[in-house]
Amino acid sequence: MKTEANKDQAIITVVGQDRPGIIAGITTLLAGHAINVLDINQTIFHETLFNMIMLVDLAACTQSFDKLQQELEQLGRQLGVDIRMQLTAVYEAMNRI
Amino acid sequence: MFDPYEILETQRMFSQEHLDVRTITMGIDLHDCASDSSAKACQRIYDKITRLAEHLVSTGEAISREYGIPIINKRISVTPIAAIAAAADDTDNYTNYALALDQAAKTVGVNYIGGFSALIQKGMTRGEKNLLKSIPEALNRTERVCASLNLGTTRSGINMDGVREAGLIIKALAARSADQQGFACAKLVVFANAPDDNPFMAGAFTGPGEGECTLNIGVSGPGVVLAALKQAGDCTVDQLAELIKETAFKVTRAGQLVGSEAARRLGVPLGILDLSLAPTPAVGDSIARILEAMGLETCGAWGTTCALAMLNDAVKKGGIMASSRVGGLSGAFIPVSEDEGMIHAVEAGALSLEKLEAMTCVCSVGIDMVAIPGDTPASTISGIIADELAVGVYNNKTTAVRLIPVPGAVVGDKVSYGGLWGDAPIMQVNPSDCSLFINRGGHIPAPIHSLKS
Repeated sequence: MKTEANKDQAIITVVGQDRPGIIAGITTLLAGHAINVLDINQTIFHETLFNMIMLVDLAACTQSFDKLQQELEQLGRQLGVDIRMQLTAVYEAMNRI
Repeated sequence: MFDPYEILETQRMFSQEHLDVRTITMGIDLHDCASDSSAKACQRIYDKITRLAEHLVSTGEAISREYGIPIINKRISVTPIAAIAAAADDTDNYTNYALALDQAAKTVGVNYIGGFSALIQKGMTRGEKNLLKSIPEALNRTERVCASLNLGTTRSGINMDGVREAGLIIKALAARSADQQGFACAKLVVFANAPDDNPFMAGAFTGPGEGECTLNIGVSGPGVVLAALKQAGDCTVDQLAELIKETAFKVTRAGQLVGSEAARRLGVPLGILDLSLAPTPAVGDSIARILEAMGLETCGAWGTTCALAMLNDAVKKGGIMASSRVGGLSGAFIPVSEDEGMIHAVEAGALSLEKLEAMTCVCSVGIDMVAIPGDTPASTISGIIADELAVGVYNNKTTAVRLIPVPGAVVGDKVSYGGLWGDAPIMQVNPSDCSLFINRGGHIPAPIHSLKS
């Protein structure tokens, strides 16, 4: 499996009602743990539904994966959006041969 | 970067369509635990299981969090206990071995442990006879132990003495657990051609030749297949087959990822991936509803066996390329109580035991989690088992029976076992007598195609 190579990369997905400060809030949290954002794809559906997919590099991350997940979930609650983070391996396994 | 559509589709599979890894099951060999003292053997069994499986649950949970893939069950399968307990010369009752397994399961936090088993397709040793006698007490005094019997193989034929005995054991189990609607029966599976590496309960055990300790993975995903078929619209059945293959591929890749990562972290080899569509009582996670999505009014209608055959085959074809270690049962499971659509089909009068038997000719496992009237004679239960095993033995496939003769219940009643076990409507059993045939006992010779070499 090719999973080992991308062990340090994760996908963060954000879905919810659009409002100012969502990207700022998330990137500030990530920067605080030395997490580099490799790519961002952001769309607004039906004028108000915010949808963002971020590819991030956790190689230099100063926080544990579990704690980071918890912090993102908590931030999601504050911002009124659903934030999830998963290692990229699962997307790679299911969508690439 | 991944295609956003792929990412959202993958997330939807997990969050809305019930895609999960159904079980990671650690297979543990117990041969080195045998002793002439049953107490010493039980202690060794407890020690070995709790040592090897100490981190099984926490590892499963960590992988689940990091990869976002739900792993529903963490379980253990062991060497058939009849082979281990036979060394003890101080007891004929093997209940203490079951209690040791139960305690070990509780200590490491797994919900079921399989292997209170005997492989008796051709004959029975003293230890195997003792184990059979111990099953009713053992399953009623333990919470997490599962038992299984292999009563026939294509290579060896069918042990009809064992078949007769199995009917009596199932009745005894039901009587002892009458206050739980015969629930103890749900923890016993009788097989033909039982796989040595099956990760699914209640029939999991670690067969001979499986090595010291391995990890076997059971994937699932009826909901994902159902969602894909519902979106298919107006198309031919070969296009449906293609869609099922593509979906099975993705599901299996998720299982392969979890399996290889869990094996690496636990430091044990990955055994097999079992590519089974295993339903749950949750709405949308049903095999019956998949068959209905193909165009049947209700599961059990004419066309059901054909649709199931195509589904089963397409799942294997899709999964086989996604993993190099495919084994176990691999196919579609059709339990009644654990599948919301099957329950509905029985209650609607569309699905009979006879149709279920026909369906088992083309899918994995067999007449599974079926509740029948409490007054069904033991010989009739043995007759159902004999028919089902014949399907397996003569067609070179695994078949199994898990029946619950619910004490005091009659056709039209419904019993509830809760959780993944679901609700079971009592099914009609053909009342015609087969006791003379069953009571003949003996052994049915292996079929002609056993002589392959």
